[in-house]
Amino acid sequence: MFRFAITRLLQAVPVILVVISITFLLVHAAPGGPFSADKAVPPEVLKALEAQYNLDQPLWQQYMGYLGDVVRGDFGPSFKYPGRSVNELIASGLPATAELAFYAMLVALIIGASAGVFAAMRPNTMQDYLPMSAAMIGICMPSFLLGPLLVLIFGIHLEWVPVSGWGDAPGDKILPAITLGTGYAAYIARLSRGGMLEILSQDYIRTARAKGLSESLIITKHALRGGLIPVVAFLGPAFAGLVGGSFVVETIFQIPGLGRFYVQAAFNRDYTMILGTTIFFATLIIVFNLISDMIAIWLNPKLRQQGQGDN
Amino acid sequence: MDASIEKIDEAGSSLWQDAWVKLRKNRLAICGLVVLLLLGLVSLLTPWIAPYGYEEQNLILGASPPSAEHWLGTDIFGRDMLTRIMYGGRVSLTVGLIATAVALMIGVLWGATAGFVGGRVDAVMMRLVDILYALPFMIFIVLLMVVFGRNIFLLFFAIGAVEWLTMARIVRGQVMTLRKQEFVEAAYSLGLSQWTIIRRHIIPNTLGPVIVYTTLTIPSVMLLEAFLSFLGLGIQPPQSSWGLLISYGVETMEEFPWLLIFPGLTLSITLFALNFLGDGLRDALDPRTSKD
Amino acid sequence: MALLEVNGLKVHFHTRDGLVKAVDDVSFSVDCGETLAIVGESGSGKSVTCYSLLDLLPKPPAKIEGGSALFDGVDLLTCDSTQMRSFRSNDIAMIFQDPMTSLNPFITIGEQLIEPLIYNPDKSRAQTRSAARLRAIELLDEVGIIDPEKRFDCYPHEFSGGMRQRVMIAMALINEPRLLICDEPTTALDVTIQAQILALIKKLQQKRNVAVIFISHDLGVVAGIADNVIVMCEGTVRETGDTEAIFYRTQNDYTKKLLAAIPEGAKVMPSRVQQDSPMIEVKNLKTYFRDYSKPLAGARSEKRYIKAVDDVSLHIQRGEILGLVGESGSGKSTLGRSILQLAPITEGSVHFSGTEISALSRHQLIPWRRKMQMIFQDPYASLNPRMTVYETLAEPLLYHGLANAKTINHQVQLLMDDVGLARANLRKYPHEFSGGQRQRIAIGRAIATKPELIIADEPVSALDVTIQAQVLDLILDLVERHNLTMLFISHDLSVVRYISDRVIVMNKGVIIETGETEALWASPQQPYTQQLLEAIPLADPKSERARLASAS
Repeated sequence: MFRFAITRLLQAVPVILVVISITFLLVHAAPGGPFSADKAVPPEVLKALEAQYNLDQPLWQQYMGYLGDVVRGDFGPSFKYPGRSVNELIASGLPATAELAFYAMLVALIIGASAGVFAAMRPNTMQDYLPMSAAMIGICMPSFLLGPLLVLIFGIHLEWVPVSGWGDAPGDKILPAITLGTGYAAYIARLSRGGMLEILSQDYIRTARAKGLSESLIITKHALRGGLIPVVAFLGPAFAGLVGGSFVVETIFQIPGLGRFYVQAAFNRDYTMILGTTIFFATLIIVFNLISDMIAIWLNPKLRQQGQGDN
Repeated sequence: MDASIEKIDEAGSSLWQDAWVKLRKNRLAICGLVVLLLLGLVSLLTPWIAPYGYEEQNLILGASPPSAEHWLGTDIFGRDMLTRIMYGGRVSLTVGLIATAVALMIGVLWGATAGFVGGRVDAVMMRLVDILYALPFMIFIVLLMVVFGRNIFLLFFAIGAVEWLTMARIVRGQVMTLRKQEFVEAAYSLGLSQWTIIRRHIIPNTLGPVIVYTTLTIPSVMLLEAFLSFLGLGIQPPQSSWGLLISYGVETMEEFPWLLIFPGLTLSITLFALNFLGDGLRDALDPRTSKD
Repeated sequence: MALLEVNGLKVHFHTRDGLVKAVDDVSFSVDCGETLAIVGESGSGKSVTCYSLLDLLPKPPAKIEGGSALFDGVDLLTCDSTQMRSFRSNDIAMIFQDPMTSLNPFITIGEQLIEPLIYNPDKSRAQTRSAARLRAIELLDEVGIIDPEKRFDCYPHEFSGGMRQRVMIAMALINEPRLLICDEPTTALDVTIQAQILALIKKLQQKRNVAVIFISHDLGVVAGIADNVIVMCEGTVRETGDTEAIFYRTQNDYTKKLLAAIPEGAKVMPSRVQQDSPMIEVKNLKTYFRDYSKPLAGARSEKRYIKAVDDVSLHIQRGEILGLVGESGSGKSTLGRSILQLAPITEGSVHFSGTEISALSRHQLIPWRRKMQMIFQDPYASLNPRMTVYETLAEPLLYHGLANAKTINHQVQLLMDDVGLARANLRKYPHEFSGGQRQRIAIGRAIATKPELIIADEPVSALDVTIQAQVLDLILDLVERHNLTMLFISHDLSVVRYISDRVIVMNKGVIIETGETEALWASPQQPYTQQLLEAIPLADPKSERARLASAS
């Protein structure tokens, strides 16, 4: 298990390197430099600016320099917010995004997994159809539609919760978390239902019944572990999705998070910011994929022992 | 097949026919199919049947709620929403179909090659898919759209490039299983050529899962397009798509909620239809739910 | 009154394709210390009968339509779920067919063993974890698990199939039940392991004086272990009686058919072996596979191999039926595929009528493919589900140019006649046929190219015993009529004896012994062969009982 983690971590290094290179090249291959939008800049000012950001150097030198900075954890200064570094911007946006993602994941896991398990206990009955229909609605109702609709109903019409903001008024975190979490809750519900149905049809569940164990013990002890493995394996990709979803949700609810910064940076062509956040997100996602893979393997004793290398 | 054949009374029912019978019993899937056919038809005929012109403004009217003249109301420029949704649907559906086709092509070729050749080639090809899986593609698409401008062809390519991964995995898994099946071994022992085996024995048996997954890829592609358009990184005006309409709708949802609700509803219904059809196809084509 | 009395049990399945009367008016009784065997082919309702006693059937589609099952005077079919749980944990235990899937792979076997003790619904009988552990280790020792204390904390995948079945038996006995239901407990096991498990069940039963219901399709297994037998077919009881009456004074036609279908004794057909130069000559054949079951993620990179076939030499004479027997993992199937060049051989050579076919390229091999064909074990997997029978049979004919557009229909019809299928079925798809019919189609495909050699890999193992007899006779008939040479691979020694002129015994990739069939049966030279032959259950209660007694 330990060796597996190390191997996978080492494998992640070249992947991240590839991410950095592709991102760097893409950004520099872009037609027009970063300052081309500001038309009124006189040539000598432009030159000075380019010198300040090392843009006058050959590409490979810029690349090596950037790589060196990134390895040291320095994403450089922001193009659009002079005087502020990308690191600072990431640090200021991260807490809100992390909190939002955490709540959304909580919503997704708790609602999704329990709905899925509940549905799988009595397949093809109302107990199955109701949560699964709800899940279908959740899947077909993208966050950028669900969010505004929730705001319209609960924020504007009923006035139960604030329509935007983050940590300014009580309850303003509820709608964003639900908006971001619902799609994943729906997906997790379907996954866990499928996983549980698969496991509940196994011979060893019949063995457990024949032993006289109670249904609740059969579900919690014999079925849940195997049934939720697909869900655990999905958590990595789900996290990547959450990052993308945060772009939308933070825009809708005006949350000062990393996602919103990223979208703004994209519009402002703030190249160092885009580069920095992309690499930051990519690394995060790769790490989360690794973690969810490892949990999925750890849950399976056969794979776990192979990982220890004692055959 | 052949007219000279001696009269044979009992015609068999193929797995496809069985699947069709099963699908027909699935009311939701059939509803989905009907909705999709209608949507397709409307999109094809939009230039002729749309009640108003696409850019036809009526600034005096401005934003108006649904009425007899404008069934779904008008936007702030007085443009007919029904017309705009119809034109937007053309773009959204086109993106869905073309990007899925791109994903299908890359995914099937990649997966089938890996699965069929096997061994080291397979290991390398699939390792690459694993690595790509770990990449934050959503971010890459945003990046691509920022760097190269909001080009619709780039959008097809970018979305297709993300979605082929799962298709490749599914096809490869399917081919690997089939390769070990005894009927494929039997075909080898009959001396059939590689290509004959692929054509007659492998492809017809991978078709089911590919069809199912294709049906389920279209909605996720459409979602991605809508998502990007919503952020302002996808389809650009004057072109329109449902995602773009929704993002306009959000801006004015307090005063003119119908501008958000109708395009949203249309998108949701389409996604529903595709998902129900995909689920229905999966159930119908799943050998485990077949008669024996 | 007996411990369990079942009267007029009826179980119906309400499926999409209509009502299936899985169990129709079945009655029997079993008392402490007795063994009742329920014998039948697939679909006879024997398992459904027993599952309904413990309420283990999926409902729907299953529904109990009538009858009673009095256990100690309480009706199992109508008691409430609390009572049923109490019966399951304390009074009635069950052992299932497949030990590979019947244990939870996520939980240690020790934990699974003690569950009935620590979660006993009857609180007064529930035990503490440490007491339960001691009890479980004691029992593991009794069922023959070596070093039980250490093995207690192992997961199921760390045990072999036979060992897992021993664990299952220990788990069934842990609460000292009064009735033990065994559902084909040895069907998934090799013949030598089967003998051990049967002896173990018998020994434990006698010691504890429990009642046993033993479900099996194999009359040979039943002969040694049962006191009474009921024979079931299509949901109904065909014959009931004590074991000797069933075997020696058979009344019912179906039972007679079952007994007659068991392949017994030597080959009846005259040998057609030609003593000229051999048709197939295999020299020092080795087929190794890379072992990919290594530790995860490239921890060690040196290559490891599974030696499926390890230095095997043999020859097959023209007209000969050569039997190849071995247990699972012996490499017998790989050997068959290697001869046909379907598995990549690592070393050695295969000669067909003097030509070294193992040296030919894929393209050069094509004309030879026509001359050698294969019949596979699984009639469900060996036919392309998306091709009609007609397409399946026409493909080889057209591909090898043995028929043209004009003659193809007629030739396909002749093939259908050859394998005993109605011509009207030509347009049907494989899933519309039964297992036996599918195997006939597969045989038809194999003989379509008029081959000289057929390698049959367990062609009857997946079939019921009566169907098996028919297919075996078909194979013998075709060998005779089409002048075939055959390598017949099987794990079933009785079948091999019935069909072969000569036999090769394989184990762990090497040939153990080879000889003329009857000579080998009369005096096996190697201990492994002796062990194999001794383990074959015979459909003869007297000799079987004597054998079981000596084994335990």
